[in-house]
Amino acid sequence: MTLAAAGPGFLSPTGVEIAFVLVGLATLGAALLTVTTRQLVHAALWLVAALGGIAVEYLLLTAEFIAWVQVLIYVGSVVVLLLFGLMLTKAPIGPSPDADSGNRWAAVTVAGASAAALVWIVADAFRTTWIDFGGAVQGSTEVSGRSLFRYWVLPFEALSVLLLAALVGAIVLSRRTGAKGAAEAVAPGTAGEERR
Amino acid sequence: MSDTLALVLRVLAVFVVFLVLPLVVGQTEHKVMAHMQGRLGPMYAGGFHGWAQLVADGVKFAQKEDVVPAGADRRIFQLAPAVALLPYLLVMIAIPVGPHNAVGQALDAGVFFALAVMGVGVLGSLMAGWASANKFSLLGGLRTAAQLLAYELPMLLAAASVAMAAGTLSLPGILDAFHWWWLPWQIIGGVVFFTAGLAELQRPPFDMPVADSEIIFGAYTEYTGLRFALFLLAEYAGIVVLSALTAVLFLGGWHGPFGDAGLGWLWTLVKTAALCFVVIWLRVTYPRLREDQLQKLAWTVLIPLALVQIALTGIVKVVIS
Repeated sequence: MTLAAAGPGFLSPTGVEIAFVLVGLATLGAALLTVTTRQLVHAALWLVAALGGIAVEYLLLTAEFIAWVQVLIYVGSVVVLLLFGLMLTKAPIGPSPDADSGNRWAAVTVAGASAAALVWIVADAFRTTWIDFGGAVQGSTEVSGRSLFRYWVLPFEALSVLLLAALVGAIVLSRRTGAKGAAEAVAPGTAGEERR
Repeated sequence: MSDTLALVLRVLAVFVVFLVLPLVVGQTEHKVMAHMQGRLGPMYAGGFHGWAQLVADGVKFAQKEDVVPAGADRRIFQLAPAVALLPYLLVMIAIPVGPHNAVGQALDAGVFFALAVMGVGVLGSLMAGWASANKFSLLGGLRTAAQLLAYELPMLLAAASVAMAAGTLSLPGILDAFHWWWLPWQIIGGVVFFTAGLAELQRPPFDMPVADSEIIFGAYTEYTGLRFALFLLAEYAGIVVLSALTAVLFLGGWHGPFGDAGLGWLWTLVKTAALCFVVIWLRVTYPRLREDQLQKLAWTVLIPLALVQIALTGIVKVVIS
């Protein structure tokens, strides 16, 4: 308990802390709606709200660069890709009758367990760390870049190799189906018959 | 207290610019297109060369009935125009118009902010395309998404090149680091950025998603009245934002041959206006690109060019430092 007393207390929250909790609750609500709504496209749009809420949380933690990267990558690209995929399916307007999975309870268990583990680990690791809003900005582009390329170069490079491998794998997979597609284009009738 | 007042004044100024400049660009488009095609364009509204045509259009749009199709997803259908328009207002806050902090709000990662928020605007078109319950709208939405995914990358790479050259992501910081020889140095990136931006705005020749001869008006087919006007306003606000961003990143913003200190804002305006004119000019000049040509241009021309620019920026940066 002496450790907690060293930092600002929990009983006299500042405006930023209150905002952080409120935005967190809104984000949690949007995330719950994402997985519980029966309308597929609504789920994707609630995901936008949840991801945007996380970006706001980053901003409140003074990590401006990370916040804009979050908006650019997740809201701007990943969700657009998701919506693009949904438009190619028969996603209807109104509820989808088959939107519920039979694995509901397994999913709830896994989600609850991983959430509990994450909360436990993060709370344990950063319990006594406080952001000093009055001092130098800790999440600016310069600080992020400096720590990334000075102390975390190896993980950064390892990640880029991993992404490259995923990219090559995607190309290999799509080329294989592409060759099959070409074969079908030559003899569409026969290939279609075989599949049936 | 004066800090709060200054902030309110800045935001108010940005809002006024946001309301006025898109209309000016729209009117310019009417007149420039008309004269390039040997017509006069609007001549009656307001008296002098039809200057009030867009005001009259606005009044007409406001009088129209607000129709939501019976099969549409009401809430998303109604929300979509706001999602399309608001991001451009937010981007304008971060664009500097002159020296000495003449910007709505200086951001540490301004380039990233501008590009990220501009990308969000496309969600409005996607929402409109899906929620209209119309096959033409859905096709328009699909094409919008495909186009955005293809052109976001070259735009980012080109902007990253400038950020590398300046050593900062802040828009005023980039302008502070600017020298005249950046113009030839960053010219490839500038062309890539501007072209990719045009595609993201779905302006001709990249207007496949709203191709009127094939899919009526793409994602906006079912819209009427004020909501339709908001989509049009978003397009013109997008032109202003793209031209201003290109001017700031690649043409030196408030730097000019003379009078930087006093007339800096004028230089920014002149460069932005010139680029807006080019946008209109391109619309009149080029035919629409087909979908496969669109994708090919992005992946086989613009991205390699942007990578070449980044390599060039890196080499020059290492040599001069």
